[in-house]
Amino acid sequence: MKILVAVKRVIDYNVQVRVKADGTGVEKENVKMSMNPPDENAVEEALRIKESGKANEIVVISVGQEKSQDTIRTALAMGADRGILVKTENEVEPLAVSKIIAKIAEEEKPEVILLGKQAIDDDCNQTPQMISAILEWPQATFASKIEINDDSAKITREIDEGLEIINVKKPFVASCDLRLNEPRYASLPNIMKAKKKPIDIRDVSELNIDIEPRIEQIKVEEPPSRQKGIMVSDVAELVNKLKHEAKVI
Amino acid sequence: MSILVLAEHNNKEIKSSTFNCIYAASKIDSEVEVLVVGSDCQEIANQLSVCENVKKVLLLNKPEYINPIAEIIEPVIVKISKNYTHILGPATTFGKNIFPRVSVKLDSAQISDIIKIIDKETFVRPIYAGNALATVRSKDSIKIITIRPTSFESVSKEGGSGSVEEILNEVENKSTEFVSREESNSDRPELSTARVVISGGRGLQSAENFKLLNEIADKLNAAVGASRAAVDAGYVGNDYQVGQTGKVVVPDLYIAVGISGAIQHLAGMKESKIIVAINKDEEAPIFNVADYGLKADLFEALPQLSSELDKLNTIQK
Repeated sequence: MKILVAVKRVIDYNVQVRVKADGTGVEKENVKMSMNPPDENAVEEALRIKESGKANEIVVISVGQEKSQDTIRTALAMGADRGILVKTENEVEPLAVSKIIAKIAEEEKPEVILLGKQAIDDDCNQTPQMISAILEWPQATFASKIEINDDSAKITREIDEGLEIINVKKPFVASCDLRLNEPRYASLPNIMKAKKKPIDIRDVSELNIDIEPRIEQIKVEEPPSRQKGIMVSDVAELVNKLKHEAKVI
Repeated sequence: MSILVLAEHNNKEIKSSTFNCIYAASKIDSEVEVLVVGSDCQEIANQLSVCENVKKVLLLNKPEYINPIAEIIEPVIVKISKNYTHILGPATTFGKNIFPRVSVKLDSAQISDIIKIIDKETFVRPIYAGNALATVRSKDSIKIITIRPTSFESVSKEGGSGSVEEILNEVENKSTEFVSREESNSDRPELSTARVVISGGRGLQSAENFKLLNEIADKLNAAVGASRAAVDAGYVGNDYQVGQTGKVVVPDLYIAVGISGAIQHLAGMKESKIIVAINKDEEAPIFNVADYGLKADLFEALPQLSSELDKLNTIQK
């Protein structure tokens, strides 16, 4: 069984994001970039499925600039087998990304596609569901447990009300939640080995997919900031303030 | 042409997010139609038909729709989509599961999690965990939108006189099967709509210690929330999580106990009216957004808070 894992290069989750003064976006120059955190869970899950003997190949795909190769390399260093970069210098919306990944999936014919549930930059939470709809494969979003069986998988999903368990037939698309697993760190020998693993770089133009943005970004601004409040000395003062000053209890 | 809202419900009750969606829809167009897909949902449809601004409720009532499986709800929306300029739903796990499918089938770029409507095609949405707000304009002829429920008022549940129209659809789904659901049942208010929320973090140290929060929550009629760290540690279930990848809450009072205040957590609560932080580390970033900060050991502060609230209640009585 082959697993296709999609990863995205985003601003590292520890970086305090700054809005550009001209309102055109956020500062990405000289900012640490990393793999989108839930995508790490997707890579880790693929590795665990392979280690359990239920998969024999893990292909990692990313859509983006040349530098997204670094993110693919990270996945290869974790243990994935080979990479595909669909290269574009333009900003691509989830709608275009999902069409690209679906097209590659039709060529690669994996039985499972894993992605992070949400990218922490645009916070869209769309691509996995879109891929599932294009391919007409079942979807299992926000997965916190994946149990692969012969021709299906039993998946526990994190929903607002608690947990939901569904069975999906293969092939399927799953989006991974942060609690699915604890992603491993790549060891130094594996980082060295990953340098020799192949990454197939393809230009987006050869796929014949319309990637023209449909959403015009008019401006990006800082949210209104909160005024720092006061420190109280004890619980009695706190309750007094909440009662008489803030009037919320 | 009008605007369609997909109702979120559990076949018995309408989720509050639906009323926020109808309100948001009515800010775009005065003609709002609501789609109810479910089983035994006549009463839900009737209740929605009398909400302000609702002109029509479309009801697809079939036992096969008892569970909200995205793959079977999406085709229903797609089938009727040509009658609408906008299709709206909540940015809850229910809406997030379905809307991108509708969007790609209609070849329209979805606008997720909007917090403000500028005009019929221009919206504001948070990006980077709310550290930036993007104003975006959709160029697609049909707009597929999810809204952040807590950013919109609730529509009035009376005053409307919409009709209820039953619609039909053949269900085709052989690939996804619902197995079970584990919902945590609580007598407390729902986390995403509660007026008061008290949340615990890693500082609580155990599931057992969350009882300290429950006790105070009962006295304040509050919902109990948690940071991701506390959920990851297994102190409480995932449905408690407040933050970028959990729930977004906007209560009148948010009490953060033993929560350091990572940006991912702040994304879920920093719009709260009043924020209280109790933490023993005075350098904790949570204090930067708190209206009232208390540097204290929570195991001393919580019992004190409990007894102060008792005193207050006695005086009030």
